[in-house]
Amino acid sequence: MTTLPDARGHFGRFGGRFVPETLMAPLLELEKAYAAARRDRGFQQRLASLLADYAGRPTPLYFAARLTEHCGGARIWLKREDLCHTGAHKVNNVLGQALLAARMKKTRIIAETGAGQHGVATATAAALLGVPCEVYMGAEDIARQALNVFRMRLLGAKVIPVESGSKTLKDAVNEALRDWVTNVHTTYYLLGSALGPHPYPMMVRDFHTVIGKEARTQSRRAIGRVPDVVVACVGGGSNAIGLFHPFIEERRTRIVGVEPGGGGLASGKHGASMAAGAVGVLHGSMSYLLQNDDGQVAVAHSISAGLDYPGVGPEHAYYKDTGRFEFVSITDEEALEGFQALTRLEGIMPALESAHAVAHAMRLAKTLPRSKVMVVGLSGRGDKDVYVVAKALGMEIG
Amino acid sequence: MSPTAGRTSRLDETFARLRARGERALVAYLMAGDPSLDATRRLVVEAERRGADVIELGVPFSDPLADGPVIQRAGIRALAGGTSLPRILEMVATLRAEVRVPIALMTYYNPVLAFGLKSFARTAADAGADGVLVPDLPWEESEPLRAEAEPAGLDVIQFVAPTSTPARVKTIARLARGFIYLVSLTGVTGERRELPKDLDAQIRTLRLLTTKPVCVGFGVSTPDQVAAVAAAADGVAVGSAIVRKIEEYTATPTLIEKVGDFIATLKDPLRAGSSAGFARAILGGGTEERAVRRATTVGRGA
Ligand SMILES: Cc1ncc(COP(=O)(O)O)c(C=O)c1O
Repeated sequence: MTTLPDARGHFGRFGGRFVPETLMAPLLELEKAYAAARRDRGFQQRLASLLADYAGRPTPLYFAARLTEHCGGARIWLKREDLCHTGAHKVNNVLGQALLAARMKKTRIIAETGAGQHGVATATAAALLGVPCEVYMGAEDIARQALNVFRMRLLGAKVIPVESGSKTLKDAVNEALRDWVTNVHTTYYLLGSALGPHPYPMMVRDFHTVIGKEARTQSRRAIGRVPDVVVACVGGGSNAIGLFHPFIEERRTRIVGVEPGGGGLASGKHGASMAAGAVGVLHGSMSYLLQNDDGQVAVAHSISAGLDYPGVGPEHAYYKDTGRFEFVSITDEEALEGFQALTRLEGIMPALESAHAVAHAMRLAKTLPRSKVMVVGLSGRGDKDVYVVAKALGMEIG
Repeated sequence: MSPTAGRTSRLDETFARLRARGERALVAYLMAGDPSLDATRRLVVEAERRGADVIELGVPFSDPLADGPVIQRAGIRALAGGTSLPRILEMVATLRAEVRVPIALMTYYNPVLAFGLKSFARTAADAGADGVLVPDLPWEESEPLRAEAEPAGLDVIQFVAPTSTPARVKTIARLARGFIYLVSLTGVTGERRELPKDLDAQIRTLRLLTTKPVCVGFGVSTPDQVAAVAAAADGVAVGSAIVRKIEEYTATPTLIEKVGDFIATLKDPLRAGSSAGFARAILGGGTEERAVRRATTVGRGA
């Protein structure tokens, strides 16, 4: 399992490096630099101390007693990535890659962002390291995640609106890649999910496996064994692979990824690339992809900007095919219910992305006995989403 | 007449003929379906008549990450008109009765994957297409396509970039069919005011590693730039500047004629013994008044 991906970045038939020739040498350079950093104790120590003292790790594994009682089934534990500095798991990967960028002596950092969480995390790390930062963000996402846009600006980053295509995450990735191909000598592309060309899916996964490693140790301590089920939402797949990866060889642990069902799979307006996609190539790797018969990439739909992506990381695609990971979907409406339930019952306001995982966990918990234990990846906090939630619930702010 | 393996391709013949005459190739890019497939068919006929030696036929894609704003817009127009790879191949099949010029399809990988590699290779070759360029398919990932394309008689044209290491260039040159497409600069497609100062050196370095024809593209947009590049290359690819002309005259009765006129001015400096030509090989500067007028900035965003 730890042998994946292979030397060319393939997870079985998925992954790889489908990029313009101009980016091949930089990707090979990045792969080399990452391999060297991985072996470098100084690098690892710097990252570990930042994760502890700056990002606030380890994050708690919290038993959601009232939510459990409400569902009346399996016990639900939350892996509290929402308590990370900047409010989401994204910071784990960002700190790792930002240190790598510094090690590679890159003088400029660019990133794409959907919900703005990755953009905020990147702007934060750039401020910390004193490096100029530019973040590509779809115009539609800028409108629905205004709070995060302002946070990025306060942090000194430049937010560049992307007006092409669907004006969401997919187009922000395109634009970031166009920037990188142009400024390849000076610029580090800090990709925010477990997707893109090799080595990104592997590297982003590695930086996030701290989530699953902690959760494994914490659940051993709290319940004396590994959980029966782990659940996480899947946009590109970074928080999910971070939580899942350390459990892949734990055969008794069910692994469940939750995709955005939008208006329902039948509506055609969703982001469920596992449920409704076909194998294809987008943004440098082969994976499942929402597309039409002509190979044109479809526009995803989700109430949550961070899940609004027509593809999925290649490692998830691989484990879907082997059957090791299960994938389900949760609609916008169900996610809103999950959001409200967790807020009212536990006093924890989840990001709308994470609310998808919560909603599915609630559904699943009801079908399982109390002897079963579930760990849910609570990937981020919901402050950024209050406007969207207010609008969806027909409420007014203030 | 399905071509067979081991034959000389139409691209090989074209470059051999031009070399023998001391002439350079104009590789003219058109986005298929912009403004319509029928217009594209007529534009190809006109392009050949006015001096294009190779037609690069763009297949529109929803996520063209190697393209700048001009070609992005053309792709959006083409997709809005219902253009698809199967319909483009049907058009190529009818075109073959009208033109002899080699046609290379410029397409991102996903539409080809969706078509199916084997049936794409067969259908494209049977339609009379001569080559395929896939900007998001580096040699490491190109084996499955080459395995279908080469036996079908479809040349898989490879890219070399300014960032390609000598080791990569050697492999690419070995695998290349038809010609080698040298990407002049780090960036996306689109007109540039100036071409990189080291382009000449880049071409010469590539020449040391291969005898296959070398065509230079990305950023080349004016007859002066074409002349400068042609000093060292076998051919010059012009895309965004032609596509911009099409955009400019799209709904007018003079579309075909205006685009044809422009193609003729691009071919002029490539003809044998052209005075505009090879002696005045000024890269990264020189006469560029016309370029300045319609230059866009380097890189992303319009
Ligand atoms: C809180 C939160 N969770 C999940 C995601 C989805 O990304 P991924 O699937 O990479 O974890 C995002 C993306 O913006 C996010 O902000």
